[in-house]
Amino acid sequence: MAYSEKVIDHYNNPKNVGTLDKAKTNVGTGLVGAPECGDVMRLQIEVDEESGIISDAKFKTFGCGSAIASSSLATEWLKGKTVDQALAIDNMDIVEELNLPPVKIHCSVLAEDAIKAAINDYRVKNGLPELEATSHH
Amino acid sequence: MDLKLPIYLDNNATTPMDPRVLEAMMPYFVEKFGNAASRNHAFGWVAEEAVDYAREQVAKLINADPKEIIFTSGATEGDNLGIKGVFEMYASKGNHIITCTTEHKAVLDTCHHLEKLGANVTYLPVQSDGLVDLGQLEAAITDKTILIAIMYGNNEVGVIQPVREISAIARKHGVLFFTDATQAVGKIPVDVLADGIDLMTFSGHKIYGPKGVGALYVRRKNPRVKVTAQMDGGGHERGMRSGTLNVPGIVGLGKACELCMHEMEAEGKRLSVLRDKLENALLQIEEAYVNGNREHRLPHTCNISFKYVEGEGLMMGFNKNIALSSGSACTSASLEPSYVLKALGLGDDLAHSSLRFGLGRFTTEDQIDYTVKAITDTVNKLREMSPLWEMYKEGIDLDSIAWAHH
Repeated sequence: MAYSEKVIDHYNNPKNVGTLDKAKTNVGTGLVGAPECGDVMRLQIEVDEESGIISDAKFKTFGCGSAIASSSLATEWLKGKTVDQALAIDNMDIVEELNLPPVKIHCSVLAEDAIKAAINDYRVKNGLPELEATSHH
Repeated sequence: MDLKLPIYLDNNATTPMDPRVLEAMMPYFVEKFGNAASRNHAFGWVAEEAVDYAREQVAKLINADPKEIIFTSGATEGDNLGIKGVFEMYASKGNHIITCTTEHKAVLDTCHHLEKLGANVTYLPVQSDGLVDLGQLEAAITDKTILIAIMYGNNEVGVIQPVREISAIARKHGVLFFTDATQAVGKIPVDVLADGIDLMTFSGHKIYGPKGVGALYVRRKNPRVKVTAQMDGGGHERGMRSGTLNVPGIVGLGKACELCMHEMEAEGKRLSVLRDKLENALLQIEEAYVNGNREHRLPHTCNISFKYVEGEGLMMGFNKNIALSSGSACTSASLEPSYVLKALGLGDDLAHSSLRFGLGRFTTEDQIDYTVKAITDTVNKLREMSPLWEMYKEGIDLDSIAWAHH
């Protein structure tokens, strides 16, 4: 199966690989997937407390090229958005941007789940109620 | 370094055809096009003569009598004909078949099919090194057992089963022994007499011959084995396999067998040296593990798991330049990793992290050196990106995490 150029580009030059300090209250961490399923994504956001804007985002992903590309793209999109704007990122936006084939849609779902999990972690740390899970599965 | 890319290291999937095989086949397409069953004219005689010669070449490689060779379309057909044919032919004797969980799908699915027709099938587990347990095998035999179907060498991990011990058990209990030797014939010495094999399938395209042709060995004495034909028609191949013979393909299979006969020993030695070089170099990578028994193994195969990186993602790092297979099945609809690796007791995570290397006649040392570097670099790069690697390095027990399973 041939990968789209955008997937290959993210795979070769992933954006925002790394780790944020999860002990900080303004950092939210989402860890989704499972090793047995062949995909694990960890996505982190750092929120600027004054403006409520996501000032930094990092990821690490165990998975295929599409999973790596989906999380790399997600971190790019997260930076500069408010937390509420980030919640609006839909997995189909990722599918469209990366031209993911049907068998790889689950990679985009995982990226969306990772965003939501990171935001929830941030919310809980800051005394806000957890958002309803909007799982696709 | 004068290296032509891409490099082909997927010889367990298929092999390139040896140019000498193609040369032998060429006259049988246009010039000598006759039907080997045309008994009354020169075109038919020429074709029949070519088929007879190929039958001898094939038989010689496995120490069989030419009359014991049934030409087929490939190993899958041989699996079907051998197993279904025995089930039908020996129905009055019993309905029990013993096979094992690491067999090729052509064997497993054939057995599943027969279960619907009243067969009772035992799927033996294998040990963690991929070998069947002989005690378990013998214990599984009942008075209804008609067939033991255990492969010679495994396609994914290369493990060679104890064929002689298995056939001795089969013989002792009056049970027939079928083996899928697709990966073994032409790579290691296979001798149907010394090995005690009653039926054996293999194909042309795994031994530098053409695709679409194979052979089923059916023993003719001690005991005389018969299979019920699975295709009705003109009664070719002593009534066991109807259909106009694929003369150019059969000529190619014969030539491929003859080349293996002469070159197999030196080739096996050369490839096991290259394979060991590849394997030992890749084992220098931290948390890399060989899957399957390393001693009882085909000389050209190895299967390695690189923990904390995913196989398909790993291959993407070099698949423009190196052709390999992975036990990860990220692209399949089921998302299930290799059932063979799981049968060896690997967790899904290690199965997802595996690569299969299949070296072949045209593999060079330069290609191996290039491959070692490309894989080492990619594993290191992906581990920098892997949350699991980070957790492992921090001493976190991955099993202690409540993963969200899909």
